[in-house]
Amino acid sequence: MSLSATTAPPSPAAPPPPDAASRRRRGYLLNHLDLKYSPYLYIAPFFLIFGSFGLYPMLRTAWMSLHDWDMIGDHSFIGIDNYTRLLSDEYFWNALVNTFGIFALSTIPQLLLALFLANLLNRTLLRAKTFFRMAIFIPNVVSVAAVAIVFGMLFQREFGLINWLLSFVGIDQVDWDGQRWSSWTAIASMVNWRWTGYNTLILLAGMQAIPKDLYEAAAIDGAGPWRQFWRITLPMVRPTLIFVVILSTIGGMQLFTEPLLFGNGRILGGNQREFQTLAMYMYEMGIENLNSAGYGAAVAWAIFVIIVLMSLLNFVLVRRSAK
Amino acid sequence: MISASQRLWRTSPLTYIALVLAALLSIYPFYYMVVIGTRTLDSINDVPPPLTPGGAFGDNFDRVLANDAANFVTGLINSIIVSSVVTVSVVLTGSLAGFAFAKLRFRGRNILLLAIIVTMMIPTQMGLIPLWGMMQTLGWYDTLYAVTVPFLVSAFGVFMMRQYASQAISDELIEAGRVDGASTFRIYWNIVLPALRPAAAVLGLLTFMETWNSFLWPYAILTPENPTLQVSLSFLSYAYYTDYSQVFAATAVGTLPLVVVFILFGRQIIGGIMEGAVKS
Repeated sequence: MSLSATTAPPSPAAPPPPDAASRRRRGYLLNHLDLKYSPYLYIAPFFLIFGSFGLYPMLRTAWMSLHDWDMIGDHSFIGIDNYTRLLSDEYFWNALVNTFGIFALSTIPQLLLALFLANLLNRTLLRAKTFFRMAIFIPNVVSVAAVAIVFGMLFQREFGLINWLLSFVGIDQVDWDGQRWSSWTAIASMVNWRWTGYNTLILLAGMQAIPKDLYEAAAIDGAGPWRQFWRITLPMVRPTLIFVVILSTIGGMQLFTEPLLFGNGRILGGNQREFQTLAMYMYEMGIENLNSAGYGAAVAWAIFVIIVLMSLLNFVLVRRSAK
Repeated sequence: MISASQRLWRTSPLTYIALVLAALLSIYPFYYMVVIGTRTLDSINDVPPPLTPGGAFGDNFDRVLANDAANFVTGLINSIIVSSVVTVSVVLTGSLAGFAFAKLRFRGRNILLLAIIVTMMIPTQMGLIPLWGMMQTLGWYDTLYAVTVPFLVSAFGVFMMRQYASQAISDELIEAGRVDGASTFRIYWNIVLPALRPAAAVLGLLTFMETWNSFLWPYAILTPENPTLQVSLSFLSYAYYTDYSQVFAATAVGTLPLVVVFILFGRQIIGGIMEGAVKS
């Protein structure tokens, strides 16, 4: 590390100052200001930009949700009316059911598969480790839009690869975007493909932090690999598992791009809203229909509350199962 | 004893079979992108579906360039501009603030850091609707400002840099700089930033990928006349959903840059993600 470039103190060039003492005093003052206040300067960019474009809109969402708000017109205060309307809104409940359905179909198989793969990758004597890690992670590099386009084709009814493969086991052409369950499955498979590898790596990181001698002691006691997995690996990766589940929840509750592109850009998500998610409903209310922006804001807060509740529930469940 | 431990960690052929299968499933859709993107439109309707690449990529991509429903080239250029600017800014502001939080003393430091950590957990869609309105007010609708300015800083970036700076840079090093009479900013620029380089590279790569791939906000605020790459792809797929070979040629071209980045730097990216997971 070279310090050569740091050694030049700022020196006033032109006319020589009256006396050395006052110059030293000024240098001291500058130095003092630098030490005391410059840190605020360094953190200021974050807080200024985040405050304006992150925090402020979020608070404004709360404020808007208490109004009958037209984005390009008037607004009037209506208290919690938007929220009471939400509770009896059949489309909101429909979107909620869809979101949870797709979430379950994506998160559960994905976590099981990720646990399985992470456990396989966690062998010290595995060859080509880096290759396998990279290969399993690479789907996460592709944009959601590209994934949705590719999977849309794979699930195409007449000449898609999936229906072609299914024909060998005697299943007739499935109209994937025509029904609720089939569309959920197709959308969940996009999420699974893109995120399994990511979660595998996170779980693998958690597994590698487990002391190896625990396994060796267990092996000496005669515990086989399966037993070791249940008795050592699973309990020890629990904190990482919580982290992964919460991340999946935050992502799953905000699912938007996959179902939107699967339905060819229609914000309703299927003719009968078979796969319209909460985020799509928020977009429909707040941005496609500008005159119901206040109601869209209420949907946004509902999504937030659901995420918080589910994260808490996750904590409680995991905590309880630990006992 | 050695043999017992070796037996414990040995890898059975079944492990390799399962991993190879997982790797194939991960890579197949990329291959499929290339297959469809290089085939003529007719051959896509074949039964069985085509399984090998063809030679029609040039034709397909010409159709992408010729149509003005999605402005693919504009989208590509816009995405390069936006992703680069956001990446440079996130790394600089993140390392500057991370350095301050890790190594400088100031009042309110802990509470401000806590505030940053809390904001990392807030879902990004929360502010979408008012932000859309703000962009109208600022006159930024359908401009690159709208998809750049709000993302110039990142709470994750500040936090990651703070974590790295607090362990990678010794206090003595900073003291030495002070004794030499360097100002705080000089210390950041000449000592801290070079030392943060490994973490800055990972943050930069992650930020670039995230910005390149982001969809919902650009989709909400941009039009097909001035899109980012992802927005352009989505409009292309709506308008030409029967012309799969065209859409896939565009998708493959739009995905290629990230695949190249990943093949070059995948090791660092994966290392960064796994390290982050253990710490948090």
